[in-house]
Amino acid sequence: MDQHLLSIVLLTPLAGLAVLLLLPAKSKWLIRIWANLAGLAGFLVSLPLVQRFRTDVPGFQFEEKADWIPSLGAHYHLGLDGISLLLVMLTTLMGFLAILSSWNSIQDRVKEYYAMFLLLQTGMIGVFLALDFFLFYVFWELVLVPMYFIIGVWGGPRKLYAAIKFFLYTLAGSVLMLLGILTLYFQHFQQFGFYTFEISDLMRVSMPLGVQQWVFWAFFLGFAIKVPMFPFHTWLPDAHVEAPTAGSVILAAVLLKMGTYGFLRFSLPLLPKASMDKTIVEILAALSIVGIVYGALVSLMQQDWKKLVAYSSVSHLGFCTLGIFAMNPNGIAGSVIQQINHGISTGMLFLIVGVVYERRHTREISEYGGLAHVMPKFATVFAIAMLSSAGLPLLNGFVGEFTILQGAFEANRIWAAFAVSGVILGAAYLLWLYQRTVLGQVTNAKNLAIPDMSLREIAIFVPLIAWAVWIGVYPKPYFDVLRRPVAEIVQRVRPEYYAGRNEGGSAEIRRDAGTKAGMAGLEAHSTGGGMAAPLAREPALALAGPGGSAPLAGPQAGGGQ
Amino acid sequence: MSPFSQYYTSLDHFSIIPAVMLALFGCAVLLFDFLIFPDPRQRKWLLIFVALAEVFTGYGLYQQQAWLAVNGVAEISGFGGSVTVDGFGIFFNWIFVAAAILVAVASYKYLETAGEHHGEYYGLILFAQCGMYFLATGTDLITLFIGLELMALCFYVMVGFLRSDKRSNEAAMKYLLLGAFSSGFLVYGFSVMYGIAGSTKLAEITMAIEARPAWDPVVFLALATTAVGLLFKIAAVPFHMWAPDAYEGAPVTVTAYLAVASKAASIAFLLRLFYYGPLAPARQAWEPMLAVVAVATLTIGNLAAINQTNIKRLLAYSSISHAGYMLLGLVAGNRTGINGILVYIMVYTFMTLGAFLVVAALRRKNIIGEDLDDFAGLMRKSPGYAVLMLIFLLSLAGIPPTAGFLGKYYIFLALIQTGHYALAVVATLYVAVAIYYYFKIVRSMFTRPEAEESPLASSFGLRLALGVSGVLTLVIGIYPEPFLKLAQGSLLR
Repeated sequence: MDQHLLSIVLLTPLAGLAVLLLLPAKSKWLIRIWANLAGLAGFLVSLPLVQRFRTDVPGFQFEEKADWIPSLGAHYHLGLDGISLLLVMLTTLMGFLAILSSWNSIQDRVKEYYAMFLLLQTGMIGVFLALDFFLFYVFWELVLVPMYFIIGVWGGPRKLYAAIKFFLYTLAGSVLMLLGILTLYFQHFQQFGFYTFEISDLMRVSMPLGVQQWVFWAFFLGFAIKVPMFPFHTWLPDAHVEAPTAGSVILAAVLLKMGTYGFLRFSLPLLPKASMDKTIVEILAALSIVGIVYGALVSLMQQDWKKLVAYSSVSHLGFCTLGIFAMNPNGIAGSVIQQINHGISTGMLFLIVGVVYERRHTREISEYGGLAHVMPKFATVFAIAMLSSAGLPLLNGFVGEFTILQGAFEANRIWAAFAVSGVILGAAYLLWLYQRTVLGQVTNAKNLAIPDMSLREIAIFVPLIAWAVWIGVYPKPYFDVLRRPVAEIVQRVRPEYYAGRNEGGSAEIRRDAGTKAGMAGLEAHSTGGGMAAPLAREPALALAGPGGSAPLAGPQAGGGQ
Repeated sequence: MSPFSQYYTSLDHFSIIPAVMLALFGCAVLLFDFLIFPDPRQRKWLLIFVALAEVFTGYGLYQQQAWLAVNGVAEISGFGGSVTVDGFGIFFNWIFVAAAILVAVASYKYLETAGEHHGEYYGLILFAQCGMYFLATGTDLITLFIGLELMALCFYVMVGFLRSDKRSNEAAMKYLLLGAFSSGFLVYGFSVMYGIAGSTKLAEITMAIEARPAWDPVVFLALATTAVGLLFKIAAVPFHMWAPDAYEGAPVTVTAYLAVASKAASIAFLLRLFYYGPLAPARQAWEPMLAVVAVATLTIGNLAAINQTNIKRLLAYSSISHAGYMLLGLVAGNRTGINGILVYIMVYTFMTLGAFLVVAALRRKNIIGEDLDDFAGLMRKSPGYAVLMLIFLLSLAGIPPTAGFLGKYYIFLALIQTGHYALAVVATLYVAVAIYYYFKIVRSMFTRPEAEESPLASSFGLRLALGVSGVLTLVIGIYPEPFLKLAQGSLLR
């Protein structure tokens, strides 16, 4: 069972899809039940991953490997590390919730709708699990088709335009990425004499900086369009606004993470020289910062509720990419956590929009106002979602943004200064949105009669709110899960980072010492002392609350080895 | 030893046995059609002859393959080197077999609806295939030319098969005139080659051209005129003008056969002359020329397809752009590139056939069914056809995990291996352009309401052909290993 766990997680939605296709299209109720069961099953089978995942093992876990196309050197190779664990869990949970949230909102062509969702689910999980570039590319492209249909068939008035724009943008990026992959693949052949798409093999290729830079830009186009980074973000507002609620949720929560995941899994480890190239880092950091500030400013100006949330994604994803290109453990770990946070918070915000849209069929912010009087439960849930997105301490957003800013500060203080303005602007547009829609008196008579959230709707939010609070109050498990994969990436890109840099300042010295010991522990499975040390640089501990760090560090250090 | 004289040995016979079968069964179709199937509704039983022809042809090909393997040689040479059966030729012949049988079984309902179901249709399919056999195996200018003309003449007739339809007649006339013109160019090129070598055998011409300097004007003359003739046949820009008209006017099953089999045969011909044959030494001269042609073909094919509303024209332009991709494989010109062309033509066969055959199902009494609007609401009306069409279109665009991706994969890889980065970027970006017009059809099928109610003109044969094409398009995409091995094993060097 254990050795095929990932395949089971990957193929459960597909199996659900197969059965779904056999159901008669007329019996909508049966189809809904089945699709929800399949979504739930998809989530449940992924739970053992959390339980069996070991934070003390380097590299990938639950690996599965089989030859797939030997004449191309493509393998069916799946594996999971801390980064992909979190993203897979996000995918299975959000996938299930998105399916659950569609119960009432989708009345037309129900069977096709759920079929597309289950296919999408497999594609997304595959992207996060694949350790073979060919397999990865197949899943990467597989995602486009169901998403095209979800936007194009069940979307809003300009759905066709938005759907094809989404498809063309991402496709153009990914075919250029394919050229980058093929270049890497061919370089590997020239150096080692055999063709393979295996990531671990491709890591051994040594390329001159010039080639690495070209490949990096090819990858960049593929990933940056997906993220989307400024200036490639223009497809996003259209796609988000036109997509049905569940489509927006999945798009924001999971699909965008495929881009940031691509940077972490492929760009950085495979092209370390290019990734550390000063110009490239500066360009990417600049684009991230522009994305943060620009996304926030545009959000401030939106009249459309959903568009506001869409642009806020540009801003939040800017934080994620900034964290990645800070190229230090804080930045990268913060980035991954922020990706999860963004999935939870923005997912919730889109669901919130869906709730009111189902009732009023408008997303104009000016149509609303004073909803707290008619929908108290809604107002509470919205408040939590909004605050988690705005980065209120004790909720998830704060942990991610804080850690990223810490990483950015370590890399370049000016970046951090700019990025902080994004936090402030973020609080501004979210609070203002809340004020305009929920607070005050009911200004529009149409809003007087709308019903509050139903039990099913609340049930969708409960796990997300619980997750948001968990990350906000006790993020340590997340940092534990991420420590090794993040350290491996940093070690790969900046071997000198752990080799004893001394920038002055006692905190810095202690940190470096700790990390060195941590890496030693990683290599040699040293004694408990070695493991305790990296916890010293654990940013989470500072956030976990007063007195949290010492008692927590103890059992972890003991239990780790 | 055979009872024949030294002029017709058993090996000679062995080298052409599939073609003999095709010709014999083609004659049988004509004969039996006349004798025992006077009732038009009974004519679909002529398919038995087509099926038998393909079984015997396939058996012949299988025997040849086995003979090559058992004797451990690369080729069977017949008629003093006029016909050479090698892995390359056999590979293409398998494609012709698949295309002919799929088109034949899918045709009867369509032709009945159009009111032009005649027995000779099946005969023409077999005779055309006989010509293709010699295009893929011929190693003598005369053999090749006769093969080409046999194929082309059958197609001229088939394109105009809807006698009472103006468009069909016009298409046939246009195709005939331009085709004859291009054959003229080709013959001119052949005569120059003969002048260089004093022989019509490809091997001897190759040696004669190798002995000459790279930029010899006479060689260039032969190259240029031959290229014009061949580029016409594969519908590459600027010799593509006939394709949209012929594809649109012809009965759609013929369009499918023309787009697939005729193009595959012409590609085989092109590779024989340019890569394995006499013009290989002049590579320096043709490589830049073909690169320009390929980019122009991709550009015109993809950009012109965007505004088409007639599906057959749209697919015609898309088929032009596919020729551009295959030419890029030749421009790269390494083993991967040629392998890529073989894989490409293999996957192209099934996806293109499939797409055209879905169009065939839309032809009903009083409904031509070729317009973009005719696809509206297909998903509601006949979800099976709509999903199959989606698979074919995704494959045509080259989206994994469909077969079309593998063809493009090899072409891109070959371009990168040979350092043609700019060409690779251009070629990949046209994938995004292509998805735009392919998805115009998808959009029509999946998001628009039904245009009319009448059910599709479906028949067992059509469903069978579509099913086979659809399954192969997916299977080659998901588990390509055996198919890639087949293509790799067919390369000569």
